[in-house]
Amino acid sequence: MNGVAHAWLIVALMMSGLYIVMASAHLFKKLIGLSVFQVSVFMLYISLGVVEGAAPPIVEPGVDAYSNPLPHVLILTAIVVGIATMALALALLVRIRRAYGTLDEAALAAKDEDA
Amino acid sequence: MSAAWLPVLPVVAPLLAAPLWLVVRRPQVAWWGSMAVGAVAFAAAAALLVTVLRNGPVDYAFGGWPPPIGIAYRIDLLGAFVLVLVSGVSWVVSWAGGRGVEREVDEPRRALFFSAYLLCLAGLSGMVLTGDLFNLFVFLEISSLSTYVLVAAGRDRRALPASFRYLIMGTVGATFVLIGIGLLYAGTGTLNMADLAARLPEAFDRRAVHTGIVFLIVGIAIKAALFPLHHWLPDAYARAPGVVSAFLAATATKVAIYVFIRVVFFVFGAQATLEALAVQHTLTALAAAAVVFGSWAALRQDDTKRLLAYSSVAQIGYIVLGLMLADVAGLQAGLTHLFNHALMKGALFLALVAVVYHGGGQRLSDLAGLGARMPLTAAVIVIGGLSLIGVPLTAGFVGKWLLVEAAAAKGAWWLIAVVVVGSVFALGYVGRMLEALYFRAPAAQGGAGIAEAPLGLLVPALVLAAANLYFGIDTRLSAGLAGRVAAALGGAG
Repeated sequence: MNGVAHAWLIVALMMSGLYIVMASAHLFKKLIGLSVFQVSVFMLYISLGVVEGAAPPIVEPGVDAYSNPLPHVLILTAIVVGIATMALALALLVRIRRAYGTLDEAALAAKDEDA
Repeated sequence: MSAAWLPVLPVVAPLLAAPLWLVVRRPQVAWWGSMAVGAVAFAAAAALLVTVLRNGPVDYAFGGWPPPIGIAYRIDLLGAFVLVLVSGVSWVVSWAGGRGVEREVDEPRRALFFSAYLLCLAGLSGMVLTGDLFNLFVFLEISSLSTYVLVAAGRDRRALPASFRYLIMGTVGATFVLIGIGLLYAGTGTLNMADLAARLPEAFDRRAVHTGIVFLIVGIAIKAALFPLHHWLPDAYARAPGVVSAFLAATATKVAIYVFIRVVFFVFGAQATLEALAVQHTLTALAAAAVVFGSWAALRQDDTKRLLAYSSVAQIGYIVLGLMLADVAGLQAGLTHLFNHALMKGALFLALVAVVYHGGGQRLSDLAGLGARMPLTAAVIVIGGLSLIGVPLTAGFVGKWLLVEAAAAKGAWWLIAVVVVGSVFALGYVGRMLEALYFRAPAAQGGAGIAEAPLGLLVPALVLAAANLYFGIDTRLSAGLAGRVAAALGGAG
């Protein structure tokens, strides 16, 4: 268990996120699930950079083992992409709510059948 | 012209131009500007193809950092081939965009519509050009985010939930790709595709690598709308503005398939991936199911855009069937059909834009009697439809014929049966459209204003229809190049 505990945590988050995306009928809850799912991947990347017994990747005299900074830089980009996705999704939800007056999937489908 | 920056031009030009329309919010300016940028991107792509044909692959290292440290572009024949297709079709479609948005997008949003269009083009071109896996993810998200905007840009409120559902599915797919890239990095310590290809053989037995490959393939399959991961596609195509449907059908799923070819055949190594991980059997079965299910579902649609969307699901199936034969003939068939399908669906969706331009609807019954009222638009639907069925002398025939030949050479007779079943269904759904066009009396009420669409719509649609005929006869650029690409891939795998 030791040494892979973080992996279990990440997978648990990942699966909970995906489950919320699939199981919720409310669009906003789906978005929350999606966010949890994405965060789990951020954590996966960050954990990849760990080098045991190493210092943070800031050059200092007397330190010769550093953690790998590359996954951190990568995931910074992915976090930005995630924020953009979230902003766009929220904007869509605002417009859906304005056009339909609800964010519930079943209610949305019902309203379009009336029209 | 200095050729040094030629490889980045198809990405940089649209990326720089897109924010301009935020400042200059004049739809006409945005439209003309976008066409000019599209022309530049297409010219650069064509120049790249010529260069690659003459001198072999072109390399570009960003900021002068040599790969694998820096991000690098590497354009080989496959990349140049797909890039010419994507930038060419998207240019012709943007040509129709000026008239197309008049009816389907509200005035204040029209200029921004072209911003999103250019961003999407930049993202798709970047996915084709890049030689770096993480860079691929970034471009994937650039194109995806702008696609969600484009789908939701129209007046139809049903486009909003469709776009949201696409966003959820698309983001799950992109995140799967991201997980895959992370695990591959964990297993090999590199993100550069060429470097990864060199290091993978010795790291291939690690579980992280296996898991990474599977995550990557599933993520790409969502983006390519491979059955049964296609659920986002029919709604998104049916509710998006017509121009967007044409653009997406012709480019977005094609680029996803390009990425699939790139990672499976260049990076992972076809032999190892397809056999060791049972990818070949799984995807062949899914692709065959896609052909049958997609064609069957298309037959049962009442909405013309949904009909074409389900037909797209089936066509993706044909392409993947060809690729999964995993020999030179099969790859050639898949690539040829990829090329030709972009032309068919581009032409057909643009014809539907022309139909709705004068207030026509998008139901099958709305096509009634249009054969006489809109002869040229109807002609485009006929040509595109025949190409979709795979009638000889149209582009659609070439891809299907190559696929049947490739299957016969391997003795995969059941695959030929799948193609035949799919084509019979296609005969059915295209037949329903043609029957409405020519043999049904127009609806009694209204419809008086329905006449031929303006030239701005008609000419691009006719250009794509003509391309369908041209590539049905002269196959040097489609099947010929696809054959050379396939031969190169066969050598690599």
